[in-house]
Amino acid sequence: MSNPDTKQKYQHVAYYPGCALEGTGHAYNRSTRAVGKALGLELDEVKNWNCCGAMEVKNIDPKLQTYLSSRVMSIAANQMGAKVVMAPCNGCYHNLKKAEYDLAHDAESREVTQRLSSKAGHETYRAGQLETIHALDWIKHGIGEEELKRRVRNSLRGLKVANYYGCMYTRPRHIFPEKDQGPGSESTSKPHFMDDLLAAAGAVNVEFPLKTACCGGAHTLSDSDISTKLVLNILRAAEAAGADVIATECPTCHSGLEMHQVRAEKVLGQKTTVRMLYFTQLIGLALGLSARKVGVHENVSESLELLKEKQLA
Amino acid sequence: MTSLAIVEAKLDAWPAEPDGASAARSLLALAEEVLEQWILARGETPTKEQREGFRLLALHRQGAQGDPSFNACRETCREIAYHYNLLNLQPDPQLDEQRQRMMAMLAKHLALFVAGKMQSAKLGEFCCSSRALRTASA
Repeated sequence: MSNPDTKQKYQHVAYYPGCALEGTGHAYNRSTRAVGKALGLELDEVKNWNCCGAMEVKNIDPKLQTYLSSRVMSIAANQMGAKVVMAPCNGCYHNLKKAEYDLAHDAESREVTQRLSSKAGHETYRAGQLETIHALDWIKHGIGEEELKRRVRNSLRGLKVANYYGCMYTRPRHIFPEKDQGPGSESTSKPHFMDDLLAAAGAVNVEFPLKTACCGGAHTLSDSDISTKLVLNILRAAEAAGADVIATECPTCHSGLEMHQVRAEKVLGQKTTVRMLYFTQLIGLALGLSARKVGVHENVSESLELLKEKQLA
Repeated sequence: MTSLAIVEAKLDAWPAEPDGASAARSLLALAEEVLEQWILARGETPTKEQREGFRLLALHRQGAQGDPSFNACRETCREIAYHYNLLNLQPDPQLDEQRQRMMAMLAKHLALFVAGKMQSAKLGEFCCSSRALRTASA
C-alpha cells in the first residue's frame, strides 16, 4: 500500500531519460511515456539535460561525474521547481543517487560541484533538494498494485516472466537509504518491485536467482566473450526457470541481453529463445496499449509472435 | 587447484544427483574454489572463516576488500548459499533437480564473473596477459 503523500508527490515528476533512452533504449523511453500517460502520471522532461557521467567519466574523474549529475538535479530543482526526478535507466539512477550521497557526505565533492557550477553559470545543487527515483518506484508508489490491477484491460495471464534488475539498481547499498526499510520498501538483496507490478498486471513471475547478476556490461567492449558468456548463462537460467520473457528495467542491461543473445548464437553457436521486453512495455500491453505504441518493433529481440500467441498483440 | 575452465565445464555438465544434500555440498565446494582462485591470484591466503554459516560468504567478503566492484557477485554468492539451504533443509524430490540445476548455473556465473575480473586485473593465466609469461619476462 503506497503512502498517500508519496503517491501524491509522484503524480508529476521531472523526467531524466538519459542518453541511452534516446538511442538503443528508445523503446523504453516510448513505453515509459505511454504508460505514464495511460496511468495519468505526468512527466516533465528536464530541460537541456546532460550525460550523468555514466561509467566513462566516473572511472576517470568521479568528482566530475558528481558535478555532471548535480547539474541535471540543479535544473530539475532550481529551474523547474521539481521535488522528484525520475530516471528509468539504472546507470543514470545510480549516478544521481551517488551524486546525492557524495554531496551530502563529502566536502571536496561539494567544493568541486560549487566551482564547476559557478563556472558553468548555473545554481549549485544542494543535497536534499530533490528526491531521485527509478521508473519502478514511480509506478509502484505513484499508482500501486491495486490500482494497476483495476486498470488492466488485457491481462498478462499465462506469460511467464523472469525479472532481471541488473547489478546497479541496488548497489552499493549505502547510496539507497530508502531501500531495505521493511515492508513496502525495495530490497537490495532480493529486489521485487518489478515482480510486484508485473504480477499485478497478471504475469506469472518465475523463480529466477540471477535477477541481480552481473551481465558483464563493463566488459562489453574490452572483452566481448566474457560478456557473451555471462549473458548466455543468464538467458539459459531464465529458460531453465521456465520463462517466456525476461523483463528489464534498464536500457544498458536490456541491449546487453539482446545483443549478446545474437552474438552467442553467431560466435558460440548457442541459441536461446527467451525474449526481452522492458517492464514498461509489458505494463503498457496489459493496460491495452498496442505493441507499436510501446515500441515492441524497436526491440532487437523479436517478441511479436509470442505476444500474438499470448493474445497480447 | 582446478582451473576455472575446468570448473565451468564441470558445472555445464552437472548431472542431477539423487542426493540433493550431497550435490549441494559439491556445488558449494566448487563455488568456494572459484573464490579461492581470485584471492590466491591477488597474493592472499583464502580465509577459513565463515560468515552467516558459510565460508563462501566470508571468501566473497575477503575478495571484495579494496575492490568494491567485486560486490557485483555478492548476491550470486548469497543465492548459492540460499540454494544450498533449500537442498539441505527443505528437500523436495519434485524440486531438487531444478534447484541443483539453478545452483550449478549460479556457480557457473560466479566462475565466469571471476574469470572476467582476473582477466581485467591481469591476474589470470590468459595468453598475452598471462601472469606466468609476465613473471618469466620480468
